Amino acid sequence: MNTAQNTPMGRFDDAAIVLEDTAVTYGRGETATRALDTTSLVLRDGEFVALVGPSGCGKSTILKLAAGLLPASEGYVFVGGREISARAARVGIAFQNATMLPWLSVRDNIMLPLKIVSPFKAGYRSKKATEYRERADALLAQVGLDGFGDKYPWQLSGGMLQRASLCRALIHEPRVLLLDEPFGALDQFTREELWGILQDLWLDKKPTVLLVTHDLREAAYLASRVCIMSPRPGRIVEDRAVDFQRPRTVARTYDNDFIKLMQDLRALITHDGPNTVGSAAS
Amino acid sequence: MTQRLLGPRAMQRAASIAFIVGFFLLWEAACVVFSISPFVLPRPSAVLMTLIERFPALVPHIVQTLMTTMIGFAAGVFTGIVLGALVGSSKIAYDTAYPLLVGFSSIPKVAVVPIFVLWFGSGTVPAILTSYVICIFPIVVNVATGLATTSPEQQDVLKALGASRREILFNISLPSAMPYLFAALKVAITLAFVGTVLSETVAANRGIGNVMMIATSNFDVPLVFAGLFLLAVMGVVLYGLFSLLERRVCGWASRGADTPLA
Ligand SMILES: Nc1ncnc2c1ncn2[C@@H]1O[C@H](COP(=O)(O)OP(=O)(O)O)[C@@H](O)[C@H]1O
Ligand SMILES: [Mg+2]
Repeated sequence: MNTAQNTPMGRFDDAAIVLEDTAVTYGRGETATRALDTTSLVLRDGEFVALVGPSGCGKSTILKLAAGLLPASEGYVFVGGREISARAARVGIAFQNATMLPWLSVRDNIMLPLKIVSPFKAGYRSKKATEYRERADALLAQVGLDGFGDKYPWQLSGGMLQRASLCRALIHEPRVLLLDEPFGALDQFTREELWGILQDLWLDKKPTVLLVTHDLREAAYLASRVCIMSPRPGRIVEDRAVDFQRPRTVARTYDNDFIKLMQDLRALITHDGPNTVGSAAS
Repeated sequence: MTQRLLGPRAMQRAASIAFIVGFFLLWEAACVVFSISPFVLPRPSAVLMTLIERFPALVPHIVQTLMTTMIGFAAGVFTGIVLGALVGSSKIAYDTAYPLLVGFSSIPKVAVVPIFVLWFGSGTVPAILTSYVICIFPIVVNVATGLATTSPEQQDVLKALGASRREILFNISLPSAMPYLFAALKVAITLAFVGTVLSETVAANRGIGNVMMIATSNFDVPLVFAGLFLLAVMGVVLYGLFSLLERRVCGWASRGADTPLA
């Protein structure tokens, strides 16, 4: 079961992220905007879930809920078995903009989580020149940025920055990785290359991933489950498992079964609504 | 031909120096050609001679003006950073305090000199206070703006890691406010000189401002200009020091801080 139906937390022993009847309204009074309609969603530990939907439907809002950056107006959010309200959970996060700090070298940018998150922060001063540095360089090598640690963000291209951004999201080995259209601003070739890298990183450590994207091929390539949202105020209207064997390749995305899946998903987004979709969620 | 001999930086520098030297030569020439009275506009060579002759006597005044300015400036920078941090710490504080700040900073600071003299008598104290008051506002406004305009997404990355407000301040807000702070420091150091000299002119018995005041009443015009020249040199040297420091501390800000796309 993918939906949480008024169930106590105990039911989801292996749940990494649980949204329980969660809704979000921005602002109040006249200017109030209902950004997310009552939604329930469960991500099991180690799952890779892609969230797809029309622009402004509340995808980023769900991501911010899971990151603890936004309190739910209604319902509950659990991450790693703990309810998060104001206090943020220690997740890894990456946005469409790489948001590297321009005054730090790429390596120092990547090591930033180690400076903030326990237990790493305790040893930051003594280990930043040795153990942590090696860890950052190893991660950089893994995403094809070997030897770029000493460069500054302005010296890197958009694709390289996004690789670095993935490194920063992963360096503290978080159990939960939240990605908000991380490849949205990249050209197709760079994007496809990064899908492969992200897949490898995920297969390596198996964190729970919530990936927001507007690219159906990206969702189908990367995810083990794709959730489709309705227009604003969004709800999850379809929750589809993607069982293709891993590791997947770009060539694989041109096979018939793959294309069929994407066509199905596209149909759900372009003329959605409960009538055409059936009732997948709540 | 010459562009091979000197790099573009050196060319630029040579041009600046040539321009300054040319300015003084032109001035000198104009004085001679139009036979301008030294009581109106002394020749730069005469000013230089006066400066050299009187330099030993001027040293205590230079020290006085420099010390007064630096004390006022240092105190102003400290106060400005603290106030700016308070104002810039939250959007509400920023929106509330900003109009008041702009109002205060548009008061001509000259107007406060008589008040300080009234309160503290003539001397060093009103001069320090004037330079202090005059350089606070640009710093408060810039620090507050720098802190208030940090990227929300950069902050989100840290918040999602469970960073405290303090960690966000030290890792994101303060570094990204640095270019704003340095822009303000360069303005403030020149303003601090203005404040000191202003107060020394009105009520003091030491300092370059006082020397110029007395020289004016004695029609010692070359000495007046020598004072001006000294002030210009001190201002330029300190401005230069802060520019150097700025380049070391936040050189990143002047090299395409925006991240390129794809
Ligand atoms: N801070 C905010 N204040 C008010 N409205 C917001 C805010 N953030 C998002 N919204 C609105 O909420 C809706 C959902 O936003 P978002 O989750 O960012 O959508 P997307 O699916 O495109 O990521 C949008 O209509 C947006 O205009
Ligand atoms: Mg979004």
